[in-house]
Amino acid sequence: MSLDHLYQQIILDHSKARHGSGLAGTKAPDGATTGQSHQLNPVCGDEVTLRLAVADGKVAQIAWDGAGCSISMASASVLTDLAEGMTVAEMHEVIDNFREVLRSRGKVPADPEILGDAAAFEGVARYAARVKCAMISWVAAEDALNQAA
Amino acid sequence: MAVVSTPATLERALPVMDNAEVQRIRNDFPVLDQLVNGRPLIYLDSGATSQNPLSVIEAEQEFYEQRNAAVHRGAHHLAVEATEAFEDARQTVADFVGADYSEIIWTSNATEGLNLLSYALSNAGLWAAQGRGDARLKDLALSPGDEIVVTEMEHHANLIPWQELAFRTGAALRYIPVDDAGSLRMDLAPDIVGARTKVLAFTHASNVLGTINPVRELTALGRNAGALVVLDACQSAPHMPLDVKELDIDFAVFSGHKMLAPTGIGVLYGKQDVLDILPPFLTGGSMITTVTMERAEYLPAPQRFEAGTQRISQAVALAAAANYLTETGLDRIHRWEAELGQRMITGLESIPGIRVLGPAAGQDRIGLAAFDVEGVHAHDVGQFLDSRGIAVRVGHHCAQPLHRRLGLTATTRASAYLYNTTDDVDQFLDAVAGVRAYFRA
Repeated sequence: MSLDHLYQQIILDHSKARHGSGLAGTKAPDGATTGQSHQLNPVCGDEVTLRLAVADGKVAQIAWDGAGCSISMASASVLTDLAEGMTVAEMHEVIDNFREVLRSRGKVPADPEILGDAAAFEGVARYAARVKCAMISWVAAEDALNQAA
Repeated sequence: MAVVSTPATLERALPVMDNAEVQRIRNDFPVLDQLVNGRPLIYLDSGATSQNPLSVIEAEQEFYEQRNAAVHRGAHHLAVEATEAFEDARQTVADFVGADYSEIIWTSNATEGLNLLSYALSNAGLWAAQGRGDARLKDLALSPGDEIVVTEMEHHANLIPWQELAFRTGAALRYIPVDDAGSLRMDLAPDIVGARTKVLAFTHASNVLGTINPVRELTALGRNAGALVVLDACQSAPHMPLDVKELDIDFAVFSGHKMLAPTGIGVLYGKQDVLDILPPFLTGGSMITTVTMERAEYLPAPQRFEAGTQRISQAVALAAAANYLTETGLDRIHRWEAELGQRMITGLESIPGIRVLGPAAGQDRIGLAAFDVEGVHAHDVGQFLDSRGIAVRVGHHCAQPLHRRLGLTATTRASAYLYNTTDDVDQFLDAVAGVRAYFRA
């Protein structure tokens, strides 16, 4: 397994771009309900606090603060791009699919039709120690979604 | 394997270790001979757990093939053989650290040793309050107004048991801080260790910084305060000569798996006069004299602290590990690893964007180095090195408060042992030099 299969270009790019990073100054749209979740991986200290606003059954806003490895930061960034505008049901579907792929140890291929850029994390599934890194913001999003919806 | 005792004078006369000798040593460690991700394994994670030589693996296997039985009970042949092997192992390990035979208590690891001690000390308070046991127990008991002192560089194993002991007894927990370079603020220590101090617990060598702490100076402070002095020897006992009597400490702990032995075996050393009065922590079989339906009387140390069937084969294997280290010579191992440590630190300091924790090049350090790579998380550094067959540890190394003090959450740590060559270090340095480019940092 080559390192480049794990660290795909899209992951390295997102780990620097960090879309959605920065909770300060974000304000939920009027009429939206919000949820916020803090997740910590005690093994490596990766940390994400994610806030999400839902209006008219759709994700109206998503933002996060975090510190961690390139996989965890890129995953939060990709998630942000994917989530905005999705219905709550679609969002749950995507999160479930992402989890299934990552926990499959490489047996379930990622479908770009469902996961978009998040399909790039397929390689992480082969590195058991890194699955939590990729999942941390998605777990936070799921928790925040349940609060907001 | 024959046990060869090496007088200290002869040991000093032995030549220093070199790569040729290390190559021969490596032949004793089957696990080192493998490819990882297509590259020869370079194992630089002995600070977390070390590898086992054949003599250790064979000692455990020989025990199961020829002598396995419960110890200290049963009149049959195997029980006698097993008991002899178990107690001979205790003597070997006692000799290894300069202790007396009955001062060595088997534990699962250093963590269990420190928990055992901290719970035995709470029990001392409970016993003293009810007039049970030796009258001197009241001197060991902790209560509100008393203090436990640790340092800011402790592994969680030498911190949390003391936090909990403080919680149970109402004593206060204080600590000797570290400076920005990661050295203990010894200038502040005399104000922190004082008349209220009942326990002073500190690490001999830092598992993160590589610093060797001034044991004598700290012990003298503890002695003057009338405190029990507890030494975490996890990163020293496997790597340098250790004499608990000469250091005059009351307790010491270390783990077998960090010194060429299997997991599941460790040691709590305690001074005889303290062990003689200390109440047990775990109770049950094998540690009693007389039991009625109402109460029990306990055996003296070490059995008093070894309830239930013990880790017999692991103790035997730990003795084989101690013999292996003694035959190679701890003085020589220490010097070799110090050389590897200096090579690491000098090399790391020359790579742009690397911040090394602990003493700078040229200052004393054991054979390990933890570092931060600017712009790259430790987890990614570890993954990159693994792709080249290099095993290191990433994370907070069970020292969150120290990392927080130094403004970091996670670092990468390379730790060497007697089976590492200078080439291992050079390849590690070469790989580290490529990390930031790969991650575009």
